[in-house]
Amino acid sequence: MAHAGSDLTRRRLLLGSAAVGAGALLTACTSNEKETPNTAQTGANQAGANASPGKRVVIGFSAPAQDHGWIAAITNNAKAQAATYSDVELKTVEAGADAAAQRAALATLLAQKPDIIVVLPHDGKELNSFGLEAMQAGVPVVNLDRAFPDALAYRLQIKGDNYGMGVAAANFIAAQMKAKGVSNPIIAEIAGIDSLELTQERTKGFNDTLAQHGMRVANRRAAEFTIDSGQREAANLLQALPKIDALWNHDDDQGVGVLAAINQANRKEFIMVGGAGSKAAIEAIQADNTVLKATVTYSPSMASSAISLARLIAQGRGMSDLAELQVPKEIILASETVTKENASAYLPLGF
Amino acid sequence: MEAAGGQAGRQVELTQAPEAPPSGPPRRSWWRDEAGEPVRRNLGLVVVLAALFGIGAVTKPDLYSDGGWVVDNIFTILKQASAIGVITVGVTFVIIGGGIDLSVGAIVALAGVWSTTVATQEYGAGGMIFTALVVGLGVGLVNGVLIAYGRLVPFIATLAMLVAARGLAAQISNKQTQVSTNSVINGIASRDVLGIPELVIILAVVVAAGWVLLNRTTFGRRTVAVGGNPEAARLAGINVRLHTVLLYALSGLCCGIGAIMLTAQATSAQAAMANLYELDAIAAAIIGGTLLSGGRGTIIGALFGVLVFSTITNLFAINNLSTEVQNMVKGGIIVAAVLVQQVQFKSMSQFLSRNQIIARSKS
Repeated sequence: MAHAGSDLTRRRLLLGSAAVGAGALLTACTSNEKETPNTAQTGANQAGANASPGKRVVIGFSAPAQDHGWIAAITNNAKAQAATYSDVELKTVEAGADAAAQRAALATLLAQKPDIIVVLPHDGKELNSFGLEAMQAGVPVVNLDRAFPDALAYRLQIKGDNYGMGVAAANFIAAQMKAKGVSNPIIAEIAGIDSLELTQERTKGFNDTLAQHGMRVANRRAAEFTIDSGQREAANLLQALPKIDALWNHDDDQGVGVLAAINQANRKEFIMVGGAGSKAAIEAIQADNTVLKATVTYSPSMASSAISLARLIAQGRGMSDLAELQVPKEIILASETVTKENASAYLPLGF
Repeated sequence: MEAAGGQAGRQVELTQAPEAPPSGPPRRSWWRDEAGEPVRRNLGLVVVLAALFGIGAVTKPDLYSDGGWVVDNIFTILKQASAIGVITVGVTFVIIGGGIDLSVGAIVALAGVWSTTVATQEYGAGGMIFTALVVGLGVGLVNGVLIAYGRLVPFIATLAMLVAARGLAAQISNKQTQVSTNSVINGIASRDVLGIPELVIILAVVVAAGWVLLNRTTFGRRTVAVGGNPEAARLAGINVRLHTVLLYALSGLCCGIGAIMLTAQATSAQAAMANLYELDAIAAAIIGGTLLSGGRGTIIGALFGVLVFSTITNLFAINNLSTEVQNMVKGGIIVAAVLVQQVQFKSMSQFLSRNQIIARSKS
């Protein structure tokens, strides 16, 4: 009995030390340090009347907690852009996990009376009332990407163009098909989460534009913006279509999985267009060694522009290249097409 | 009479392989016998698979008439089923042992992310595999200890782990997609051995090991005993708590293997990967005939369950039907499978034995 006891103790000791050893090894493995820090995108503000320092302004900023590489880039860009101005002080508040938490955070921000507030809301509809409240209190609001339904709730709205992404992708594919002389191309589409409005807008833009060119989508699958769902849907889609001429994948993040499935199936006969404009995708386009030939942007650089425009609004200045004395009320970014030719210019904008 | 027959059948089920026809004392034909029930269940799933194949052949004759394509497609279905299949084996053990593991998807994400960090990738394929397996095993152990010794309800403990493990994965990856640059790991998803994809071989090995472990070892018999009646198992001298810990550790280990497979397929890992895999794994185990309350289940049935889901996804993709309809069909199949198993087989065997009794009493 005593022998068995000591045996057990020894076994436990061995197991314990093995566990501690493995733990020590593994904790060392969580480091991701080699990854280059997200290069922030700051607008070129060397020349032009807008660059000259003006009245000192305090800009409040709030964006949701980083749940996606894209949001992380939004916050980084806003901070970096603010740092380029000597006359701007940026006050960021954590937006928390949901719209209610963000509303509370914004209320404290508003109480500090900043000159202007830039906000990427969790949900435009839910935070509409905050926009109204701030505007009434005399603090202009810049809405970033997720629109407030009420026009009185914002001074400036700047957002990306989901419909335009579909248009850009379809135009690129149509041009490529015409250049290759493919008259009746087989076009496939891998969408993101289908229940989201942005996915529906992207698909609508894609379908509308393809129809103008007399083309249509043969097969469509919806993934979930995750790499493994991208791989799964692509693998099955490739089985459904033994020959494809062009493929549009809505999101470059899930595109990592889509490209993996294409490589595993050894398929090379078609061209692929991505979406959003991640750094990995732009690098792949530049290297030109995969089927990925282009991506249509939905760039987080809009955060940098939002900070620049917020500064001008707070200083009461207009955009120096425009005739108007004030900043316009709405700006919708064009979705741009990144190809091998212009990839180097867009690489700094990749996230 | 009937109760005694049921009990004997139950005992046979405990000691007999689901495939092997019952031997020993003379009895009724295996089809009517309780011991044959898992086999009948699995046959039912084979019929479903065959029907799905038939539907594919009817709706897309141009594709299915090409033999090479059909083989290719079967391998695609098997490859898509491979990672979730391995995870389901672990979940099946936990469920047979009377527990539930809701954290498998999160463990896969954590193990995948941990094994694809820049620091881990420097150690090469061996380091990545080691990390994934140890992380999976470690998280499973934590689950098991919380449940067995902390007396947490499995549902709550693994639900908490679901949230926490994904949180840690997001923390480590900084919400970014981590691309695997290791060609050995990525090759798992594209290499063949003797014409069979490596992913499929891993799945086969894990399923075979799971089958042996459940049906041919004391560990497996203890699992059934603990799940069937933990108090009786304890009184019979089984260390129920330790066994529970081992079951969750096994599930975690399967998640570690699944993480490597999934990372190889997607050539990357991220905190959001393997989303809702816990539900897919549980559903597959259930339609494979595993009792959610524990004490009964088969590995082969769980594998068929996974294959049914994977085949449906494939069938819908090939016919270009929407994901919404596909999910509704999946839900319908889960309900139908459980209904068929409960109503049809149970009542059929009861009906048959009752008829026999009546026939006997009349004669």
